[in-house]
Amino acid sequence: MEKIDVHTGRAVPLRASNVDTDQIIPAVYLKRVSRTGFEDGLFAEWRQDEDFVLNRPEYSGASVLVAGPDFGTGSSREHAVWALKDYGFRAVLSSRFADIFRGNSLKGGLLTVLLPQEVIERLWETVEADPTTEVTVDLVNREVRAPGVRESFELDDYTRWRLMEGLDDIALTLRHTEEIGAFEQNRRSWLPVTL
Amino acid sequence: MARTMAEKVWEEHVVRRADGEPDLLYIDLHLVHEVTSPQAFEGLRLAGRSVRRPDLTIATEDHNVPTQNLLAPIADPVSRKQVETLRKNCSDFGVRLHPMGDIEQGVVHVVGPQLGLTQPGMTIVCGDSHTSTHGAFGALAFGIGTSQVEHVLATQTLPLAPFKTMAVTVNGQLKPGVSAKDIILAVIAKIGTGGGQGYVIEYRGEAIESLSMEARMTVCNMSIEAGARAGMIAPDQTTFDYIRGRAHAPKGEDFDAAVEHWKSLRTDEGAVFDAEVVLDADELSPFVTWGTNPGQGVPLDASVPDPASFEDPSARAAAEKALAYMDLAPGTPMREVRVDTVFLGSCTNGRIEDLRAAAEIMRGRKVAEGVRMLVVPGSMRVKEQANEEGLGRVFEEAGAEWREAGCSMCLGMNPDQLKPGERSASTSNRNFEGRQGRGGRTHLVSPQVAAATAVRGTLSSPADLVSL
Ligand code: SF4
Repeated sequence: MEKIDVHTGRAVPLRASNVDTDQIIPAVYLKRVSRTGFEDGLFAEWRQDEDFVLNRPEYSGASVLVAGPDFGTGSSREHAVWALKDYGFRAVLSSRFADIFRGNSLKGGLLTVLLPQEVIERLWETVEADPTTEVTVDLVNREVRAPGVRESFELDDYTRWRLMEGLDDIALTLRHTEEIGAFEQNRRSWLPVTL
Repeated sequence: MARTMAEKVWEEHVVRRADGEPDLLYIDLHLVHEVTSPQAFEGLRLAGRSVRRPDLTIATEDHNVPTQNLLAPIADPVSRKQVETLRKNCSDFGVRLHPMGDIEQGVVHVVGPQLGLTQPGMTIVCGDSHTSTHGAFGALAFGIGTSQVEHVLATQTLPLAPFKTMAVTVNGQLKPGVSAKDIILAVIAKIGTGGGQGYVIEYRGEAIESLSMEARMTVCNMSIEAGARAGMIAPDQTTFDYIRGRAHAPKGEDFDAAVEHWKSLRTDEGAVFDAEVVLDADELSPFVTWGTNPGQGVPLDASVPDPASFEDPSARAAAEKALAYMDLAPGTPMREVRVDTVFLGSCTNGRIEDLRAAAEIMRGRKVAEGVRMLVVPGSMRVKEQANEEGLGRVFEEAGAEWREAGCSMCLGMNPDQLKPGERSASTSNRNFEGRQGRGGRTHLVSPQVAAATAVRGTLSSPADLVSL
């Protein structure tokens, strides 16, 4: 996994609330079996509309998505995270994320940052007024910076450390194989098995 | 200290606890399907890892499978590829698979309980958000993403952040014609699609205790539509009776030992929940959605709301957008909304009781002119049972299509989709834009309302039907 510490990039204002994972990547793209190349599915329906914000030339190449509240609701598809990353996003800022989406993103190396809605609104205005505005997401200091905005955000130490080290969860857990084995010794004998 | 059921189950599964780290939880059962697993198996292969406990893992084909002509190859090459990939992965890694046509094949959340693999006090995960269904047994069951699927395959554990607890108490008794689906739609309309966020919900109260196991599954299934991590219902005699005798249920003395343990899982007297919500079952009536998220629902007796009536500006904007998409005018009585399609099925309402409830209403009646009704059993075993009870005949005689098992039009990954502009009454769980096919419009309803709607062609309850 790629390490993240401080990311600076241009931002896209996505003025929509309750953006569910079916909108982020429609179900039809879930049929693939590969792990990369999902950028074409990102907001596929909305991108049919040429006025959709991602289609506007001034936002091309942006890497920070500034979204409305309740981003990532709906189905647990991790493809939503892959699509955002494959498209080039490194961070998504919102005042509220759906739990599973947030968990998926932090595990997959996409930084989801919680900010007060009022800060999101200010970022929207700033970026809309000048699409070349750069937004910095600083994981080291847990802070988001942009012209006129300096806002700290919360992220637990453990997740932050993992993201900064680019560590994959499985490797971390496999260091505790003995404890897992010991736990298995004590499981109730009548618990079901499938084989 | 007095603890909630969710806390008890969590505590029993902690493999490792360390300061500043999430708890590492043991997973008792891992359900796998073709959509969220290929990249997980690919990851294992790339890292040279194996499946730690194939004996705690089970796979089925559900999201992509066609619901007719099972013997023909899957027409859509991508769907076919996902299904073939699952078959190869299961055979390479030694995982039990129920493929298309197998009697135990079906929607993953119908398969677990019907085999008796879903039991109280277990931790159950699946790369699918509606894993919350299994919480009906008093299991802690939740959806995970594909990288977590890979993690569970490799380690049989998951590092998990703690959750908060919410009690949803439903007092009183449901009136006739009102079902579990109406309870959960009313709960979501009340607390909102984000209302359960971060919580494990425990449903309790007289109305919940009176529900059958299958109805409890309907309630827990849609916890996720309220934003919750999971839903749970305390195991009781109803639960034990349901499990007893199933293929993977404990047998003999083991069963007694298990029941003893299961009884201890109930939330202790005096345990404190982080949040509490109370509803009166006697006040509930059949519920339908009008919008494009499951929280946008009203009683069938009501009308399409006026966006101007929402105080919260973002709710108002969402309502405006939803009504435009749904092509509905404020003030239209819900009963006057005409549908093209009725879908009866899914892990929310595709079990035998759901089919019985709908067949009861359809018996001797006909699907309205111009309406297509798809009846898709949750599993092939459900289909077999329905056929034995003559329910399949009832549907066919009414003019409905009686299909094979799968997710089908719940999400339209197979050929069962709405066309742009078509409107459905659907017993599934999500009414998002395009969920059932591009441009399709979905009204979430109970099986009873679905059946009555099929007969009248407009959203209806059984009480609206002319008696036979
Ligand atoms: S029936 Fe619908 S909600 Fe249930 S698992 Fe299948 S697609 Fe998901």
